[in-house]
Amino acid sequence: MAELLVAEGVTKRFTGALALDDVNFAVRTGEVHVLLGENGAGKSTLVKVLAGVHAPDAGRIVVDGQPVRITSPQHSRDLGIAVIHQELTLVPELSVAENLFIGRLPRRFGLVDKARVRRDAVALLDRVGLRVDPATPVRELGIAGQQMVEIARALDLDARLLVLDEPTAVLTDTETDRLLEIMDGLRREGVGLIFITHHLEEIRRIADRITVLRDGRSVAMLPGGASVQHMIEQMVGRSIDEQYPRQDQQPGDVLLKVDGLTRDGVFADVSFEVRAGEVVGIAGLVGAGRTEVVRAAFGVDRYNSGTVEVAGRRLPGGDVHAAMRAGLGLVPEDRKGQGLVLSSGVGENLGLVTLRSATTAGFVDRKRQDQRAAEMASALRVKTTGLSQPVRELSGGNQQKVVIGKWLLADPKVLVLDEPTRGVDVGAKVEIYELINRMTASGRAVLLVSSDLPEVIGMSDRIVVMAHGRVAGELPAAGATQDQVMALAVQDRITEETPA
Amino acid sequence: MTSTTARGFDARKIFSENGALGGLIVLVVALSVLAPSFLSTQNLLNVGVQAAVVAILAFGSTFVIVSGGIDLSVGSVAALSAMVAAWASAEAGMPGPAALVLGLVTGVVAGLVNGALVSYGKLPAFIATLAMLSIARGLTLVVSGGTPLPTPDVVSFLGSNLGRFLPLPLLIMLVFFGVTALVLARTYSGRAMYVIGGNEEAARLSGIDVRKQKLVIYALSGLFAAVAGLLLAGRLSSAGPQAAVGYELDAIAAVVIGGASLSGGVGRASGTLIGALVLAVLRNGLNQLQVTPFWQQVVIGVVIALAVLLDTLRRRSR
Repeated sequence: MAELLVAEGVTKRFTGALALDDVNFAVRTGEVHVLLGENGAGKSTLVKVLAGVHAPDAGRIVVDGQPVRITSPQHSRDLGIAVIHQELTLVPELSVAENLFIGRLPRRFGLVDKARVRRDAVALLDRVGLRVDPATPVRELGIAGQQMVEIARALDLDARLLVLDEPTAVLTDTETDRLLEIMDGLRREGVGLIFITHHLEEIRRIADRITVLRDGRSVAMLPGGASVQHMIEQMVGRSIDEQYPRQDQQPGDVLLKVDGLTRDGVFADVSFEVRAGEVVGIAGLVGAGRTEVVRAAFGVDRYNSGTVEVAGRRLPGGDVHAAMRAGLGLVPEDRKGQGLVLSSGVGENLGLVTLRSATTAGFVDRKRQDQRAAEMASALRVKTTGLSQPVRELSGGNQQKVVIGKWLLADPKVLVLDEPTRGVDVGAKVEIYELINRMTASGRAVLLVSSDLPEVIGMSDRIVVMAHGRVAGELPAAGATQDQVMALAVQDRITEETPA
Repeated sequence: MTSTTARGFDARKIFSENGALGGLIVLVVALSVLAPSFLSTQNLLNVGVQAAVVAILAFGSTFVIVSGGIDLSVGSVAALSAMVAAWASAEAGMPGPAALVLGLVTGVVAGLVNGALVSYGKLPAFIATLAMLSIARGLTLVVSGGTPLPTPDVVSFLGSNLGRFLPLPLLIMLVFFGVTALVLARTYSGRAMYVIGGNEEAARLSGIDVRKQKLVIYALSGLFAAVAGLLLAGRLSSAGPQAAVGYELDAIAAVVIGGASLSGGVGRASGTLIGALVLAVLRNGLNQLQVTPFWQQVVIGVVIALAVLLDTLRRRSR
């Protein structure tokens, strides 16, 4: 296999900080090469160098044996490099076919040649195994389908090196399987792939080689079959004894009681309890109604029947503020869209929930707010240049710490965490787990919604599994296996007996 | 970034946070050279009076725009509030101060209706306040019967000078500037405006009662519009049915020239004040230079576009 792209000693400096420091890296044709590293390790910068967004300060890039200076994104594309970013670049209202050929629709007599568009689109979609009518508007596809369209478009532009930046972060397990299959197919066609992911299991399934980045340096090159333990050690530069450092607590009084919660057509008869000192996991497939249930319990959305009690007090439906006052907190699934004010500073965001309690006679005690925010930021080890730095500029893990921190300042009795570690690097994950431990050790409780099965099993005391908007079963986490949880999550029809 | 407590005087910081301030200074210097009468005390006070009405409207609009909304009704609401006050004293025989209060209440009620339509009725702010623009103007005509009414003495007093030449409108504008700065920086509602404008969903999920806050925001805008309307009428000692037509656009222009973002989350009282001053200085200066009103409109449009363009470029380069 020939070397498709070689990077030697690539260095990139941003005002003072060394983002890439003497990085060495190579991709062959017909290879899946994984870039592994914590958030902030330099993966994105390296990708941007290859995409022609940033010019390196030092080092050499060789494509097909020829040294090149990639001067612009257009130049990068001309060299056959295509980057699929996490944020997709499709036009949702246009059809799949039009999106595939944006800006270069085939024309005949000055008019768009519709027959040819359709024919070419079908052929392209076939290559990535996406079976949809090319006339379908892209917005109807779902995130996985949209990614396939992006990949198909890149292939049509004769991409020989495909860079996939965390494509699986937003995919369900089946969708991920599908994507990995397609990647395997492209590899056999001789396409070189650079794959960025935080899911170590996926790496074991698909990678040919792994380059580990740490603090801007390429610290190791591992074979695809490297053990998870080994990958983590290389990534964080130390050994993490336990990926899930859950400490058991003696459960106390019931702090959160959800009883027969029903929202017509979304979820039905959902009941569970969370006790002081406990972590209760909610597992299930995407679309099982997990997020919808916790949002309703927190008062974000309404429900038709059932009750929610916090520490024995019944909450009125649809009233976030009442839920908050009773001692409930929610770290939402979509931290950028629902948890943060991206343009505002770290301090401002940390003070969101306590804004009201810091108000006397209409006036906010901002000095106290800033002081408490500063304390929380350092306690959570948020990597930031200061309280006024916009949270937009923080890495995913640090953003998540800010969202959790704003709730910790309000000291809730029960904190609901919806996918708290999605898109968060291994080091920050463990820190979030330790926060969970600290909360339960001090007599609070945590309700943990997560699609990451090892995480739910590793961090929970009990697991409630949901399927089709109902509770499919509940099991103790100790000794539970992924297979057991999955078996409950995929069950087709819930039998009429009440869950244990 | 939205506001910081400055310790001491830091000129560089003031300039970097208020891009339009440089423009205002350039404008003042240029006009002083081109039109010698511009710099006279009397003329500068005139500029202040001319700025006052638009500035107070614009302070109210700042609340709305920072929270990600828009209020197109402020010009009409200003006219209606003044007309109600004039009618109450001239036609209904109410005492002046009571008529003044009734005028203010009119503005608040119009604002509350806007707020209710936006938050509980889920109408886009553009539509709700466009409807109010028409309703309030129509009611002004209904109340007045289409003819101007004299304002009560207390309202005329607001438009007059204190002592020999210190115009009250100028003082009132400065007071409202202080109030606006305080509300934005220090109060719960003010901080909530930035959060709602920055990310409404995050505001809701953080326990901020977004609907209630929007009522407060639009009510404030209505109140400020009423004050501006009363000042305008007081200056002329007469409430006109066609007063303040199109002022909502000047108010929005002042806020935007001051560096606020129409997508919400960004905006400052000082910026809005500078924006209103830029518009007033420009109008006054063009008059001094005897530019025809036709060309004045063209120039003002160009300045608005330039101001926002420069601000956008400045932000991008950072």
